[in-house]
Amino acid sequence: MSMLDTKAIKKDFPIFEHEKDLVYLDSAATSQTPQVVLDAMNGYYTSFRSNIHRGLYKMGEEASEAYESARASVARFIGAAPEEIVLTSGATASSNMLVRMLEESGSIFPRTPLGFQGESLEDEIVATVMEHHASLIPLQELAKREGLAIKLVPVGLAYGIDYDAAEKLITPKTKIVACVLASNVLGTINDVRRLADLAHKVGALMIVDATEAVGHIPVDVKKLGADFLYFSGHKMLGPTGIGVLYGRKDLLEALPPSVFGGGIVEKVTGESATWTSSPKRFEAGTPNIAGAIGLGAAVEYLGKVGVENIHAHVRELTSYAFEKLAQIPGIHVFAAPVEQNVGIISFTIDGLPAAATALQAGVHPHDLAQIAGDSNVAIRAGHHCAAPLMQTLGVPATARASFYLYNEKADIDALIEAIKKAQMMFAK
Amino acid sequence: MDEEIYKENILDHNRNPHNREVLDEYDLRGGGTNPTCGDELELFVKLGEDGKVTHATFLGSGCAISQAGASMLTDKLKGLPGQGMTLAGLKLLAPGDIYSMLGIHISPGRVNCALLAYRALNDGLKNAKA
Repeated sequence: MSMLDTKAIKKDFPIFEHEKDLVYLDSAATSQTPQVVLDAMNGYYTSFRSNIHRGLYKMGEEASEAYESARASVARFIGAAPEEIVLTSGATASSNMLVRMLEESGSIFPRTPLGFQGESLEDEIVATVMEHHASLIPLQELAKREGLAIKLVPVGLAYGIDYDAAEKLITPKTKIVACVLASNVLGTINDVRRLADLAHKVGALMIVDATEAVGHIPVDVKKLGADFLYFSGHKMLGPTGIGVLYGRKDLLEALPPSVFGGGIVEKVTGESATWTSSPKRFEAGTPNIAGAIGLGAAVEYLGKVGVENIHAHVRELTSYAFEKLAQIPGIHVFAAPVEQNVGIISFTIDGLPAAATALQAGVHPHDLAQIAGDSNVAIRAGHHCAAPLMQTLGVPATARASFYLYNEKADIDALIEAIKKAQMMFAK
Repeated sequence: MDEEIYKENILDHNRNPHNREVLDEYDLRGGGTNPTCGDELELFVKLGEDGKVTHATFLGSGCAISQAGASMLTDKLKGLPGQGMTLAGLKLLAPGDIYSMLGIHISPGRVNCALLAYRALNDGLKNAKA
């Protein structure tokens, strides 16, 4: 398998010029930004800053064109049509908006009366225990408001979804199935298509959280069978504050907006308003124009390097990291095997019960992250906003290393050194 | 390089925490959770007839900062024999006291770790019947 030329790639990212010995293993939290993205945003601010869809002057047209061309690039990138792409402020906003849109539409959750013999016919939401809080909590709140039951598909073999359990949980009562495409804790690339087929068989909607996946593995909304899919720009080399909500055309067209304001109306009277066409209907107010332009540039950059090449590169790194981490005494790795892994490894350093040498000591994830940070190795420690998953794993927190196109094997060596250093410090 | 946070006394309290046990009889009992990592800690306080703390203990696991913080805080509450803090004194404790007690620089990312035991104490004070 071939690896990317990280020396050349690093030159595209000014952070590595600024922070020369930075070992950045936290791309699952947020990725770094290539110069082309900064230039694109800067170009907007310095040469054609104006509002979109309004100005009749040249700059206004230029801004509108750049914004719409970003939408088109994003659409192409995930196999969608431009009118299926709603630009949002990020995955969290996408997820919250979507839930409200579905709820407001009224057509998706007819409150089911008690059945013929008094049995409960309440509608159900099926999600997975791997969901990030951004996906899970809006659904929980929806369930509370609308009196729906929420069921979680557990983790099965090899840190994957338990598909047999999913088959039993998805029933004609199910109205929504939600699944994360790549787990931000375990790295697992889930077989979303399999769940989508189950969902569609019972007439449920399939919602996919693709936040850790887009820009890391090839994503095609049609192949996944996603009815809705969302992600953030900042985990795929784009700026912060921009994200995407994809919705299948016919579905989006049937939904009302859930955020109201300017730019989304057809006709407004003192009492009420009617909505313009989708996806504009869902983008009230002046959007993050520079962010959208930056995201468009990120997508173009990713396309040039090739997402498949990036994934192949990251797989090499993941495989190397597994090999190196396995040599640490008393380590517990929580991650999908390399073939199903997006490039994320969670682990805890439990140490050996009767540690004979300093290198067998246990280290709490927070202490490890801090000691690694002191050596300029950036990793994450915590519950990664996936508390239900942590509960099933039986740990309060893990340390997490994540890999992307600018990482190299030397970064993993630096992580291993940091772990050893922490173990020395915490030796009894 | 900024490893000062792991000073020897912090590491020592972490390795051999003081007062790490459950109290069967207590006047205050409170719990705390570190929202960033999910670490949980319970703190127990027993007051003597003179209203001063005679026993202070904790249970829970966590990072070195939270463990050292709990170990040192329970020591502080008990004080020297016969010189435990009073209930009024416990109520007056502030985060700044905990930072000075730890004697290390607490970065924003570690505030929740440093204050875990303190939060458990405050939870206990809140639960206490007047």
